[in-house]
Formats: sequence, C-alpha cells, structure tokens
Amino acid sequence: MRVGLVCPYSWEVPGGVKEHVRDLAEELLRLGHDVSVLTPGDPEADLEPYVVSVGRAVPVPFNGSVARLVFGPVSASRARRWIRENSFDVLHAHEPLAPSLGMLTVWAASGPIVGTFHANYLPRSRVYGASYGVAQPTLERLSARIAVSEAARGTVVTHVGWDAVLIPNGVSVRRYAGDRLLPGFPREEPTIGFLGRIDEPRKGLPVLVEALPAIAAEHPSVRLLVAGPGDVAEVSAALPDEVLARTDFLGLVSDDDKAALLRSVDLYVAPNTGGESFGIVLLEAMAAGAPVLASDIDSFRTVLDNGRAGELFPVGDAAGLAAAAGRLLADPERRRAVGAAGRAHVQQYDWAEVARRVVAVYETVAKPGVVVTEDTRAHGFGLFARPRENGG
Amino acid sequence: MRVDWWVVVLVTAVVLFGLYLRGLAGRLDRLHVRVEAAAEALDAQLVRRSAAVLETATCGLLDPASSMLLADAAHAAQVAEPPQREQVESALTHALRATLDGPEVSEVMASGGPGQEVLADLAEACHRVVLARRFHNDAAAATFRLRRQRVVRYLRLAGSAPMPRTFEMDDLPPEPLRIPG
Repeated sequence: MRVGLVCPYSWEVPGGVKEHVRDLAEELLRLGHDVSVLTPGDPEADLEPYVVSVGRAVPVPFNGSVARLVFGPVSASRARRWIRENSFDVLHAHEPLAPSLGMLTVWAASGPIVGTFHANYLPRSRVYGASYGVAQPTLERLSARIAVSEAARGTVVTHVGWDAVLIPNGVSVRRYAGDRLLPGFPREEPTIGFLGRIDEPRKGLPVLVEALPAIAAEHPSVRLLVAGPGDVAEVSAALPDEVLARTDFLGLVSDDDKAALLRSVDLYVAPNTGGESFGIVLLEAMAAGAPVLASDIDSFRTVLDNGRAGELFPVGDAAGLAAAAGRLLADPERRRAVGAAGRAHVQQYDWAEVARRVVAVYETVAKPGVVVTEDTRAHGFGLFARPRENGG
Repeated sequence: MRVDWWVVVLVTAVVLFGLYLRGLAGRLDRLHVRVEAAAEALDAQLVRRSAAVLETATCGLLDPASSMLLADAAHAAQVAEPPQREQVESALTHALRATLDGPEVSEVMASGGPGQEVLADLAEACHRVVLARRFHNDAAAATFRLRRQRVVRYLRLAGSAPMPRTFEMDDLPPEPLRIPG
C-alpha cells in the first residue's frame, strides 16, 4: 500500500508527534508498505530517504505556547505537488485541526484520508466560532479519525457528532528491551530514576524532591538519578543540601542512554502533576522492565492498566509518594513483579502491534483503484481556488 | 459615473452569498461521495465477516451444534437484502457471542494452535466491521446535519441525492475476540 504521512511540526525538533510519525513510518516500511512523509523541516538537513520537506517552520503562538508551524500559499502548493506526484492509496495527516501542514494537506486532497489527533486542545470561546467554521469542513474531509488517547479523543468529540477510533501511541519495545546498563550499575545503593524537563513543575520533580528526605529516613543510602533538559545549575541551587547530596544530574540524554537509565534504576518515578495527554515515557519504562511508580492522573492510570502494570500514588502527594517508594525499595520481590507486569502489559503498545491496528483502518477506507488526488475545487470562499481542469 | 453605495453593498453581499453557497454545495458533494464509499467499504467488511464465520464453522474447531448455528446465521447474512440486513447482521453477531464467549476460546486464542489462526482472522474481520460501520455512520450523520440546514433545504443544494441513513446493528464481538479501539 502507498501511504502518505503528514507531520505538522518541524522534523528536526524532538517532540511526541514527530517521533510518532517517524516510528509509524519505519514500522510501515518494515511491513512492506511504500511510505513518504511530508513535514516542515530544514531543507538543508540530512533527512531520512522517505522524508520530504516543505521548508522551514515559523514559530508562532498557538494553543497557549509557541509552536513551530507552516502555513500560507507556498506550503500549500508544495503539499499539492506532493499529493499529485505520489498517487497514495491512503493519506494520513497528523493533527489535522492544528493550523499547520496537516490541515493544509487535508484541504488540498480528496480520496481516502485518515486523520490522527494527538493533543487535547479546545478552542477558547472567543475563537470558537471561527475555528468551528474550519473544524467542521476539515473533519468532513476525513474518511477515518484516530485518537491516541481519551484526552485527544475529546478534541474530536467536542465537534458535535464526530467520533474517533482509539489507537494508542506505540513504543519500540525492541529498542528498550536490551541489556546495557549505565556505567557503575548495578550498584549497592537503591536508586530512583526521574525523566523529564527538570525546570517544568508539572513534570513533578519538586514533588519527588519533597519526598526524598522521608524515603532517605527509611533507606539511608538512596540515590536519585535525574535525566532531562533544563538548567542544572539553577535547579540544583534551589535544592536542599540533603537532597542535592543524593542526586546525580545527567542532563539531556540520548534515546539509548535513556533506555540504559531505565534498565539501571531500582524504581522509576513519574510524579507529573497534570497536562500529560498520554504518558509515552511510562511505556518506555515498562518496555525496559523498570518498576513504575506514577502519579494517579487519568492518562497514567490508563497506560498502567489501573495500577496493575505499575503503582499509583495521589497526584502531588509527596508523603504518599515517599510511603509507596519506601515500601517498593524495601521489597525486591514486589519490584520484580511490578516490572514483569509492566513488561507484559506494554506488549500491546509495541509499534508492531499498533501499526497493525493503523493498517486495519487504512484497509477499511482504501479502495482498489482509488488513489488520493489533488482537490482542485474551491476552498473556503474560493478566492484562491485553481480553475478546474476539464470541468471534472 | 456615479454608483450608489447601496448598489455596491448589494452586489458584494450577493457575490459573498454565492461563494458561501458554492462552498456548501462542495461540502455536500464531498460528503455524499464519502458516504457512498463508506457504504461500499461496510458492505465489503460485512461480507468478509460472514465468510470468516463460515470458515470458523467448518474448520472443525467447534462442537457440531455451535458450528451449525454459526453457519446458518452466516448464510442468512450472505443472502440478506437491504431492508432486513441490519437485523440479520445483528443476529449473526448474537450467534457469535452465544457460541464464542467462553474461556475455551481465549485459551485457543492464546495457545497458538491450529484454531488460533482462524479465530484471529475472525476477530480481525469483526473489528473491521466495527471500524467500517463507525466511519460510515459518522459520515452519514454529518451529511444529515448539513442537509437539515434551512439554506440547504430551501435551495435544494443536495440535488436529488438520497438522504443517507446510518446502518444500525449490534456489532460488539464476543469478549475473547474483542480488539480494543
């Protein structure tokens, strides 16, 4: 099957949606499909052979933060050319309701089109009218809608009458299931791991820092291993000496080192206080076999199978975190059981399995003899429409 | 030449309204094409499911009574004509749930034995009926909503295209064959 994937965000900037598109593309290629990815990105960069760039993205404020998006007639005409030149059996646009390449491509194409929704964003009431006018016709152009989580599905369901198939994010279990450990491991001291931006409070590092003295009272040699972007000097200056003495900062680490860290630690803690629509890092921890202790937010509870594939503690509750972590560190048997349960549960999120479910959607909407073509009809008010050729 | 301002306003309004109507007509046209394609896809998936059920019924995995029940329901689904089709397909779903809901089925699914492949095919076929029906009904409902708008009704923008209907049936597969989504 010839599949065209559209990524709305810059290819060179790490991010959940971009990694999703890359992993899906590579899994589809492994399954023997023909894949081309259209994305914003640095045209000079050394891109994977299946990637086509429409040019650099522009940072603009969107949905409460600054996003790197592409829009405008030049990008639209490049998207049109990509559609014309490829004759895809299925076009699969990611985040088609974000004002970027996904939306542009959906409006420029006609035929079997699938859309995947990643984020949960509800337009503020003032722009609701305007965005409704775009959202409704955009949704009408999709043959099938996929959401990666219940939160993302909310974005679709808000637009009355539409629904989406739930297919979770994938994780490459193979990549995390290796056996390399960080240098110096395994070691005597019980070690707790943390991954994520260290200077973003909603990732929860402050909660873990608050809990650490109580954990140390029970396990005097406990260490904390922190990996993730952010200013280490600034964050460590704010830490109490007692915590600082037990903490190692690794900074931003590669995917391989992240996997090694997850395999090395005795306990992985995800103390996020909210704003996570999925929780891919939990999947990675489970794939690495790390026992997971996470805050009880909706998306984490779903990914951890209601606490069967990892333990949960009340959101933002340092005392609850300390109690649960102390108990787990004292009980290697229980840690092994939690790790094993996680590893078994994560199989259904393996990209091989997730891609199979995406292909089932493709096969439901694709039709033999029908390919995705450029939509040459009027768009919006038709002011920028191209003339229809042969009246057809 | 003097042009009255209200003429300009009127002409602009008429042009804008015309473009709005053209946009609406385009959306309607696309939706009708979409519903038709989705209906064909649903038909193909229903046919595939009844074939998978027949395969399950004749592969010797089930007891003779279950086999007969399933074969009978699958055959009925294959020959059903539109007005009865929703009931007959629902009946096939009920037959599947009545015969394939036990723990034995989960065991065969987990065993990797010879029956596993047949049941996995059937699970896949059931799942695709769920998908195809959801895509079809979403498109049909969207078309219905748009066609209910006054301007579409009064100006007959939908032309002579028949009003699409949703396809109502019970498509919930038996527990052991359920694929999440």
